Amino acid sequence: MNAHKKLVLQLSTATVGMFIFGFALVPLYDVFCEITGLNGKVELVASNSSNGGIDISRSITVQFIANTNENMPWDFVAKDREVILHPGANGRAMFSVKNNAANDMVGQAIVSVSPSIGAKHFHKTECFCFERQELKSGESEDVGLVFSIDPDLPASVTKITLSYTFFDITELVATR
Amino acid sequence: MTSATSHHHGPATGMTRWLYTTNHKDIGNMYLIFSLVMFFIGGTMALIIRMELVEPGLQVVQPEFFNQMTTMHGLIMVFGAVMPGFVGLANWMIPMMIGAPDMALPRLNNFSFWILPFAFTMMLSTLFMDGGAPNFGWTFYAPLSTTYAPPSVTYFIFAMHMAGISSILGAINIIVTIMNMRAPSMNYMKMPLFVWTWLITAFLLIAVMPVLAGTVTMMLTDIHFGTSFFDAGGGGDPVLFQHLFWFFGHPEVYIMILPAFGIISQIVPTFSRKPLFGYSSMVYATSSIALLSFTVWAHHMFTVGLPLVGELFFMYATMLISVPTGVKVFNWVATMFRGSLTFETPMLFAIAFIVLFTIGGFSGLMLAISPADFQYHDTYFVVAHFHYVLVPGAVFSIMAGAYYWLPKWTGHMYNEFLGKCHFWCSFVGLNLTFFPMHFVGLAGMPRRIPDYSLQFADFNMISSIGGFLFGFSQLIFVIVVVKCVKGGKKAEAVSWEGAEGLEWSVPSPAPYHTFETPPEVK
Amino acid sequence: MLGKFFALFFGVCSFLFSMQTHADWALNMTQGVTDVSRSVYSLHMQIFWICVVIGILVFSVMLWSIIHHRKSAGAKAEQFHENTAVELIWTIVPIIILVAMAVPATTTLIKMYDTSESDVDIQITGYQWKWQYQYLSEDLSFFSNLSTDQDEINNLSEKNVNYLLEVDEPLVIPVGKKVRFLLTSNDVIHSWWVPAFAVKKDAIPGFINESWTRVEEEGIYRGQCAELCGKDHGFMPIVVKAVSEDEYLNWVTDKKTAIAAEVAAAARVWSLAELMERGEKVYQTNCAACHQPSGQGIPPTFPALKGSVIALEDQDAHIDIVLNGKAGSAMQAYAAQLSAVDLAAVITYERNAWGNDTGDVVAPQLIQSMVNSK
Repeated sequence: MNAHKKLVLQLSTATVGMFIFGFALVPLYDVFCEITGLNGKVELVASNSSNGGIDISRSITVQFIANTNENMPWDFVAKDREVILHPGANGRAMFSVKNNAANDMVGQAIVSVSPSIGAKHFHKTECFCFERQELKSGESEDVGLVFSIDPDLPASVTKITLSYTFFDITELVATR
Repeated sequence: MTSATSHHHGPATGMTRWLYTTNHKDIGNMYLIFSLVMFFIGGTMALIIRMELVEPGLQVVQPEFFNQMTTMHGLIMVFGAVMPGFVGLANWMIPMMIGAPDMALPRLNNFSFWILPFAFTMMLSTLFMDGGAPNFGWTFYAPLSTTYAPPSVTYFIFAMHMAGISSILGAINIIVTIMNMRAPSMNYMKMPLFVWTWLITAFLLIAVMPVLAGTVTMMLTDIHFGTSFFDAGGGGDPVLFQHLFWFFGHPEVYIMILPAFGIISQIVPTFSRKPLFGYSSMVYATSSIALLSFTVWAHHMFTVGLPLVGELFFMYATMLISVPTGVKVFNWVATMFRGSLTFETPMLFAIAFIVLFTIGGFSGLMLAISPADFQYHDTYFVVAHFHYVLVPGAVFSIMAGAYYWLPKWTGHMYNEFLGKCHFWCSFVGLNLTFFPMHFVGLAGMPRRIPDYSLQFADFNMISSIGGFLFGFSQLIFVIVVVKCVKGGKKAEAVSWEGAEGLEWSVPSPAPYHTFETPPEVK
Repeated sequence: MLGKFFALFFGVCSFLFSMQTHADWALNMTQGVTDVSRSVYSLHMQIFWICVVIGILVFSVMLWSIIHHRKSAGAKAEQFHENTAVELIWTIVPIIILVAMAVPATTTLIKMYDTSESDVDIQITGYQWKWQYQYLSEDLSFFSNLSTDQDEINNLSEKNVNYLLEVDEPLVIPVGKKVRFLLTSNDVIHSWWVPAFAVKKDAIPGFINESWTRVEEEGIYRGQCAELCGKDHGFMPIVVKAVSEDEYLNWVTDKKTAIAAEVAAAARVWSLAELMERGEKVYQTNCAACHQPSGQGIPPTFPALKGSVIALEDQDAHIDIVLNGKAGSAMQAYAAQLSAVDLAAVITYERNAWGNDTGDVVAPQLIQSMVNSK
């Protein structure tokens, strides 16, 4: 009987341990992604602007693309298609957004960066993509972002493209 | 001879025998028959596909239905034909090969089987639902399989859960049986290769089927419960789906080939009358393949925009996996070399396996070269590759095993002439079907299209002709099996000269209960 | 026997590779028209020949055994089953070959990933089931649809030589310049592939991917969508016209003028006949794949327009569904994809074709004002 009890204890410990490991993976993944810089394509959280000086020896072109997903009836246009700035300096870019539908809607802008190596060094201090945009029918708005680029961006990268896609989350929001 | 627990009655009578049986031979038979039925259903779908593709233009089906056929053909063949086929062979042979009276968990064994008819009835019933069956490919990428899927996707998910449970429970049973019930003097390095490859496969199953279950559950919540795992709009990522799917998917294809390696490793020594060359290398190579299979999944994703470092890593890891695979091929050839060869049907299938699987392996190595893969990915070159490793690979090995062990199962020798007919027609048919696919793929024909531009027409017609030849040749197999069950030349216990192993020490047909007392192993 | 068959087959194939005359029986990948595509082609051939050599070696040994070691020829089986030296060799030699292969593969991949210093940037968006091209430094954007007639697909007329590989608006790029592609999708995952450039990249909704090419020869290059994206995955081809830089700049100007003219054309009055003629073309390109050339649709998924309530009666609802689509169905919002003239024409056509004969004429100006101020 003791052998059985011992085995049951070992198996239960292993099971509980696996559950705990599963939950521990949440902070562990954050650490992993930070160290490796993976998952650089999407970053919806404000980051501090880079410390340190402005590197005037090089200029980076930041390209902005504005899309709407699945025929969402919003006009979404990048007013600043390209911004050229030095690493370390602050830049800003403006977009205009208009709800052409007959009903009020809620949208979420999702940002994607290319090349992915650029994403790790691209910091958005303010961005309309951090929050949902609620627009009444026919309403339009100018939205923007404030950003900077790390001076330690690899020398091979001279152009970074930011693609914003607006998704219609009106129904998603309504059910919550 | 008589002990308190031994039974001296035969099998139960009536229909309920099959519902309640816990006997590994009965359950093995049920898996094998199920697999054969699924093979014909999946094969019919393939013939519908080939009928549409015989000429440019839409003749037979509409594009939506064509997408359902390609999807269901893949799902049925992978989960309904190949996997249950190998499990059927495992059930029949593993206990006898290790000198055990049955599987360790006989009732679980019965349950594992009976889930499958229900799972696949549900899967096939989606063809008759509103919106049609799943139409997003057997790899069911999101968001095509979530936001844009027909309503039947929910039943597809449920069917996958059921099939997954069946596989996991079966794998547990196999591991427990092999680890606990080997005859006393059979240590691990004396086990037949078929037992080894199934032991390793069972670990792979337990590791990755839960990943598949998690993935389809995430699909389910994305579709019905407002989550956004695979939806960028909610902060998720369609590529996450691909990572999760292929983390399951790549080991899955090794799950579908490792038992085949084991079967070939039993058959080639028998018909060469010579021991398997390099037994321990074979064990180590199989283990390496299994371990490496966890590190290569993103070679299915070379075009999604992986970071350069990731792309390079997966290229190197995938190239590496060809080394242990090559070692196994060399060992089979070295087994044949300076043997005393005869070419009965099982050996014909085994030799064809070695040659044609190797060709499939070569196209796999080409696919591993990431820059070149930009031209191969999602074309018929990939379709050619996986059909070569699956059809003359997995399917031929199952048929080889069937021909090899039919005398043991039935007590009769099958009709050798018909067996050879089946082999040659299948061999010619499959090569006519799949070899031209290399060419049209290289020439630029994408996958999963119901209609194609004119320069692909000639080879497609050849493929379609080959497909029908291959498909109808399988009817010969049914005839062979049925005739063999009903009668034929009496089979000896050692049905093949040169056959070694505990399974050949019991009479043919094998009694309902074998090894009720453990045997002595030399 | 088997080995012999395959040795012969390989021999024939390698011979045939060298005589790539008839496109119909094409055996090999294209060498393409860029530096990258040629590097990819040589990698492909290198790994191919390595495989051929290994295959011939292995299958020859098998063939030898099949002939000389058969029991019927009197062969007696030896009993060896190990040879450490041989096993080490055939493990280490393949590793060396693979490392050798990995070097040029790595160089080419690094080249393929270098999208820097581009001359032209083009955003490519995959839609179900067409491509949208936007030239980022010009104000130029248009859709590119399959232009093969439905009659050819349905075997009612003979297929032309570019069957399924032709579009109404090709992508035009300059030769000798580095063109950078930015890929995304409007709905599901698509993949943009032009074999002649060795460019293939997935278009993923909500995400941006990059690729690039520098075409060396003027010409027309055709490709296809390479990721299953639904019903018409096989019907959304890609056509790229590579032209001299001067011709490219002229084309950009002409295209912008044409698009502006199209918008301006909405202001004038269009006759029924004019709208019907234009509308039929728009219908064939954009609507016939689902609603069928006959207007009968494939119910219930693709409703019939012929004899339908929406085409015969409620014009406002008809306009609304064409402009704004129908949520939860495959019917897209065409307001962003078609010009006001095209929209008015196709709606007019649907209300009058196939015996519908409502006599309704939808004015482009009406559509333009609806699109402008919602």
